[in-house]
Amino acid sequence: MKLFKKFAASASALALLTSGASAEISDGVVKIGLLTDMSGTYSDVAGPGTVTAAEMAIEEFGGTVAGAPIVLVSADHQNKADIAANKAREWGDTEQVDAFAELVTTSVAMAVFEVAKQQNKIALVSGAASSPLTNEACIPTGLHWTYNTRALAVGTGSAVVKEGGDSWFFVTADYAFGEALQNDVSKVVEAAGGKVLGSVKHPFPASDFSSFMLQAQASGAKVIGLANAGGDTINAIKAAKEFGIVDAGQTIAGLLVFLSDVHALGLETAQGLQMTVSFYWDLNDETREWSKRFFEKTGKMPTGIQAGTYSSVRHYLKAIEATGSDDTDTVVAKMREMPVEDMFSHGGVLRTDGRMVHDMYLAEVKSPAESSGPWDYLKIVRTIPGEEAFGPLSESTCPTK
Amino acid sequence: MLTDLLGFPPQVLFGQLLLGLINGAFYAVLSLGLAVIFGLLNIVNFAHGALYMLGAFATLALTQYLGIGYWGALILSPIIVGTLGILAERLLLRRLAGIDHLYGLLLTFGMALVIEGVFVKLFGASGTPYAAPAQLQGGINLGFMFLPWYRGWVVVASLAVCVFTWYLFERTKIGAYLRAGTENPRLLQAFGVNVPLLTTLAYGYGVGLAAFAGVLAAPITQVNPMMGSNLIIVVFAVVVIGGMGSIMGAIVTGLSMGVIEGLTKVFWPEASSTVIFLVMAIVLVLRPAGLFGKTA
Repeated sequence: MKLFKKFAASASALALLTSGASAEISDGVVKIGLLTDMSGTYSDVAGPGTVTAAEMAIEEFGGTVAGAPIVLVSADHQNKADIAANKAREWGDTEQVDAFAELVTTSVAMAVFEVAKQQNKIALVSGAASSPLTNEACIPTGLHWTYNTRALAVGTGSAVVKEGGDSWFFVTADYAFGEALQNDVSKVVEAAGGKVLGSVKHPFPASDFSSFMLQAQASGAKVIGLANAGGDTINAIKAAKEFGIVDAGQTIAGLLVFLSDVHALGLETAQGLQMTVSFYWDLNDETREWSKRFFEKTGKMPTGIQAGTYSSVRHYLKAIEATGSDDTDTVVAKMREMPVEDMFSHGGVLRTDGRMVHDMYLAEVKSPAESSGPWDYLKIVRTIPGEEAFGPLSESTCPTK
Repeated sequence: MLTDLLGFPPQVLFGQLLLGLINGAFYAVLSLGLAVIFGLLNIVNFAHGALYMLGAFATLALTQYLGIGYWGALILSPIIVGTLGILAERLLLRRLAGIDHLYGLLLTFGMALVIEGVFVKLFGASGTPYAAPAQLQGGINLGFMFLPWYRGWVVVASLAVCVFTWYLFERTKIGAYLRAGTENPRLLQAFGVNVPLLTTLAYGYGVGLAAFAGVLAAPITQVNPMMGSNLIIVVFAVVVIGGMGSIMGAIVTGLSMGVIEGLTKVFWPEASSTVIFLVMAIVLVLRPAGLFGKTA
């Protein structure tokens, strides 16, 4: 019904027919299966934009790698783990897909990890945020690229505590991601001497947040931490403003806020909000150049998930180019050996627990007066070094690290 | 006190009851439209959520392109969307009159998917904010909670529309014709009443109610293509609990389900999206025709 597929323009039928692919590339084609939320709550933060980003990576290789054509297929997983797992299994079993990409929503990433483990395929996770993906839930071929809940906690969590926000109440999305984010932020808050007064779990997705926000207000906590994302965060922030919670003196900490959320809320509502980002289009010349090309294709500036999808697909193809093989173990070994060098990451390191370690940024949303126009939304407050954001490898509880 | 026994201070509880009533007002207006359509056309209108969303988008478009503000949109959006509904009834739904309910359900469900799909493609899923009118900015501190003026207005406007609709269908001559038209359309036609016109207008009115709820919702949630699909399933449950086609049932059940959901958000928040379906299951076991429905 909502499931649709699309072959990347980069892989022409001609290339498929005429490729004299090298013997090292299985089935004579490098095929990437991208699963994302195409129309739901997360379709603006990930969604069709991640397909464009993956296509941009493939275009850099001219559509072929190691003599074989690169094919991108994509499908809408509707944020449902069973749909994602079935599609991934079908792709792996019958359509020669070599790697799964994007995988927003933790439950989806975990379900696809199961399939990837059974089929020994690579999973390039960009959109899912939960830190368990490279801890207790890790698999040897699961590579977690863009960010995780620990990095978000270190960024936004510590910044808010430092400003005196030492008592917290969480409004948490009721699934694996919300729980992971709340846990990671609680650790940071408690380590800094702060207190967690309580939390309320809301169904995912939810449309009316007034009740949850009033419960948070009644807790008397100085900080209301939003452990949710996308449309849920937008509605929660709107409700906080409408019910005068911000004016009454409580701070709202959006623990995972994307550029597209700021765009949707408008600067009037979002100004002053602190957020931890893996990427911002206006960081340097490289990011501006890439983002401008992305904007021309989509009409929107990229989110971190979209830029991270580009980076992960590009690095995967780089490794195939370097080894001349698409064998899973060979490629993963090479991806770990090479530093991740592109507009998204400089000197990024892919660890044995699957974590790609790169710098993160603490940003603050500009006021309407500070902004020069659409998409000029953030000022970078601090660069968070990769090791600080993601923690040392010794901290990881991944059994196969 | 009872509230103290439950471990919640009374002010928290009062606040949640009021919020429940506000959400219930939306359920009431939406389920009322469904009840009108089902009662008179025998169509299970799965496009209702999409039409509610169109009402909100029409509000946005009227402001952005024609400079018509909230109050104008409150009148115009239901008329515009209602006209679209009338076209859909004349061109599509009419062809399914007299055959199995299932076909109407499938057609309207398909319409909803198409409309929502197109809007997601055009506008993205995050939606666009729409400011509440200047007269209703801010709010009042009730002691137990801060009530935004706009939310108060939503309850007043919804109840007014509900009472008007009930009066129109249950106490006026047009209402009598409409009800007679469902009982025995042939006989009514023999008396010289244009029954097809009546049913078309009834569908337009039901659709207009959905759009009216959409205008009310625009300043509260983001104006977003999926705003209806998140709500429509709950609203169907409300209609089933109230009794398919019962106008009073839709109003009373809409408000009370809002309150029940609001209380669940305090005592067991994770279950707040499920509780209405639990009530539905219990009602279906005990009274299959719904609380206000007449057993066939």
